[in-house]
Amino acid sequence: MISQLTGNERVLAAFTFLILVCVGVAMAAAGRDDLIGTHGWVIAVSAIAGAVALLRSYDAPEPSATRLSEYYDDPSKVGIILTLIWGVIGMLVGVWVAALLAWPELTIDAAWASFGRLRPIHTSGVIFGFGGNALIATSFHVLQRTTRARLPDQFSPWFVLLGYNLFCVLAASGYLMGITQSKEYAEPEWYADIWLVVVWVVYFSIYLRTLLRRKEPHIYVANWYYMAFILVVALLHIINNLAVPISFGHAKSYSLFSGVQDAMTQWWYGHNAVAFFLTAGFLGMMYYYLPKRAGRPIYSYRTSIISFWGITFMYMWAGSHHLHYTALPHWVQSLGMAFSVVLLVPSWASAGNALLTLNGAWHKVRDDAVLRFMMLAAIFYGLATFEGSFMAIRAVNSLSHYTDWTIGHVHAGALGWVAMITYGSLYALTPWLWKRPALYSAKLVEWHFWLALSGTIVYVFAMWNSGVIQGLMWRTYNDSGTLSYSFVDSLVAMQPYYIARAFGGLLFLSGAVIALYNIVMTIRLPVPVSSDSASDIPLGLQPAAPVALAGE
Amino acid sequence: MFNFHYRLERNAIGFVLAIIVVASIGGFIEIAPLFTIDETVEKAPDMRVYTPLEVAGRNIYIREGCYACHSQMIRTLRDEVERYGPYSLAVESKYDHPMLWGSKRTGPDLARVGGKYSDDWMTAHLNNPRDVVPESNMPAYRWLLRNQLETGDLGEHLAALRAVGVPYTDDMIANAPKDAVGQANPDTDLATGVLERYGEKTDVSLFDGNQGSVTEMDALVAYLQVLGHLTDAAHTTPQNEVE
Ligand code: HEC
Ligand code: HEM
Ligand code: HEM
Repeated sequence: MISQLTGNERVLAAFTFLILVCVGVAMAAAGRDDLIGTHGWVIAVSAIAGAVALLRSYDAPEPSATRLSEYYDDPSKVGIILTLIWGVIGMLVGVWVAALLAWPELTIDAAWASFGRLRPIHTSGVIFGFGGNALIATSFHVLQRTTRARLPDQFSPWFVLLGYNLFCVLAASGYLMGITQSKEYAEPEWYADIWLVVVWVVYFSIYLRTLLRRKEPHIYVANWYYMAFILVVALLHIINNLAVPISFGHAKSYSLFSGVQDAMTQWWYGHNAVAFFLTAGFLGMMYYYLPKRAGRPIYSYRTSIISFWGITFMYMWAGSHHLHYTALPHWVQSLGMAFSVVLLVPSWASAGNALLTLNGAWHKVRDDAVLRFMMLAAIFYGLATFEGSFMAIRAVNSLSHYTDWTIGHVHAGALGWVAMITYGSLYALTPWLWKRPALYSAKLVEWHFWLALSGTIVYVFAMWNSGVIQGLMWRTYNDSGTLSYSFVDSLVAMQPYYIARAFGGLLFLSGAVIALYNIVMTIRLPVPVSSDSASDIPLGLQPAAPVALAGE
Repeated sequence: MFNFHYRLERNAIGFVLAIIVVASIGGFIEIAPLFTIDETVEKAPDMRVYTPLEVAGRNIYIREGCYACHSQMIRTLRDEVERYGPYSLAVESKYDHPMLWGSKRTGPDLARVGGKYSDDWMTAHLNNPRDVVPESNMPAYRWLLRNQLETGDLGEHLAALRAVGVPYTDDMIANAPKDAVGQANPDTDLATGVLERYGEKTDVSLFDGNQGSVTEMDALVAYLQVLGHLTDAAHTTPQNEVE
């Protein structure tokens, strides 16, 4: 990867490493009595490792100018591998915490191994490690193909990808040590948050610089979603993480907001982390890979426009449905509920647009498990958003809130939508990027498909059951007008469902392991002598993305 | 409209600005007024701030991820009020940076758990929940009794909290480490200081059962015992909103 950097870029890389080493050592020194010191060392050592790699190839010949007539895909390739690895780690921890809920004695007497510290490793591992890397890797690929322009330089994509993974490592290792802000999906502390902002600004600049150099007059739909993902996540991240550290030598900080304002800010963030991380970004993925794989244009361009702006506008109002019947003022709860219900319209428009795109290609869906992953993702997207809009109704939420029903909804979206669209896209993308004729094994994709589907169904049904039972037991009265069940009664009733959920998760995890194996084996296949990818170059005359305008 | 969009799609900067504007409206309208409308947070003149020991305990609560299983927000629903006590008011978490309302009840709500059990019960329960509640799936936190509490930097903690709006006095900040020790060691001179600074009603106790050293268990139990007791507002406000 170093040999692909130009002379100037190598100097830039050297400076970046130097700055990082200095920052790391400064953190280690200022925080020698605190956990932040350990993270200082993590940063310094990563930067030194990078610098050593840089120096070892520093004198390698510069890349030739012919590179400019090709797309720059190496960061995407590394990103795909990282996605798959984070997926396995995140889901493994998911299965483990699921098991701890069923059998709390499984663990050892060590703080780092307890449920409360591992759970955020699961959530951050799958959302940021798995989801985030998938978004970065595919966004670079889609961006270049739909603009027919090469990424602006060779350094910044690596900075974004590796810098982002440094953030993920700081997050996960921090939780083990007990470093957390406790805000769900925004647990990392102030210094990791600042680092993510730096990475994100560069990410956005790559996007913008490439778009400005595009050879296609129109910006393709997928890029609207990727851009919304990048921009809105920046906005949410910065505002929700405003905090005052107790000193530069301490990891701990206190959030700027408190109580009800903090709750609303957190769930404005939290819900839109769902909307712009787990939804918008992955819709971008869907809008490119699904039509491409099906060989059909997006069904309706106008529907894409309506659903895009509907989602971008309305999601941002919906966060308060996480705070029904709480101390949040009524008017905010009502606004959140109203927008959440209407949100179903653009959500179903997207799901419908995807499924109608498949019209005429159903035979491919039947034969091709990769396309089937994407179709199933669109269906689960429709299901999860329907369920979400339903749960946002105050009366329904009075039952579902605080229960496993929420967990069921989360994983209908996370397993059924996020993970399925990711695996579908990566299966499609891998042979294209590595210029292999096909995946190593279509049969393993079949296996993965059925494991993923059955795992999701077991998981989601278990949680729906336990959630509804739990909610009902908490509010059941007996004839004399007193509550029928103690809290512990409801806990005991959950046990079989917790076991079922862990089993469903295990099925899903096995699929993830198979995917990693299959894709690694695909990469190790011999390169065919002639490949038909000669048209996959910038500036070419081949049709770029699936043509958006068709289907009008 | 579609024609306008047709042009917008050809302009990268315009598109970026459009996304920012469209996405900012909702949050702005819902969040900004929460800071300006007075009724959002009730008045509670009797409310006190957390003591340094309770702050430390709260940080342990956050560190161990108790919030992943426990809420601290009793909703305005009849069954919740009967199970857990008066519904939570906004003012009760006024000094909570960040709030710990939670989103999942694998375990029961803790907003009013303070005083529900003895210190001994709390300590035994945290040490191994299944010793006292055999069906429990709550993790055992045995290291809390083994770990000495880090009290040296508590002054800096209070100062940071003051920076974000909690009314700690200079006196409280200067004496934070001592007050942490004092609150866990009744009948000592240090304990008197705590009562002077935080009020006579402050719970000074042995918490983990041991005189002398201050453990993380002391801090966490002190925090749990104050939950719901920083102010009486919830008990004096009529519960009009129960549905
Ligand atoms: C895996 C989820 C889980 C985690 C994490 C957890 N708890 Fe619990 N907790 C429970 C369950 C379930 C119960 C109910 C059974 C029992 O009393 O043990 C409970 C009960 C309690 C109770 C008694 C509440 C009452 O009204 O009876 C307290 C106090 C408590 N937990 C405090 C904590 C603290 C403090 C932490 C963090 C150090 C914590 N819990 C972490 C699940 C959890
Ligand atoms: C192998 C599959 C998986 C298993 C077994 C699993 C298991 C779990 C468990 C046990 C919890 C904690 C639930 C609780 O506290 O009651 C959880 C929470 C969560 N998981 Fe997963 N998970 C899996 C996959 C995923 C994936 C792929 C994603 C996202 C892309 C995901 C996202 C989440 C989120 C966001 C939460 C937090 C939910 C909340 O707080 O409401 N999970 N998961
Ligand atoms: C129209 C779209 C959607 C709406 C209106 C919606 C609504 C909701 C509601 C009402 C809750 C429960 C809040 C509570 O009671 O605490 C919730 C939780 C959640 N939803 Fe959705 N949802 C939608 C789509 C999705 C999708 C596609 C995902 C993808 C993964 C998702 C992920 C989550 C997560 C992670 C949570 C848990 C948050 C937490 O408590 O930690 N949602 N959603």
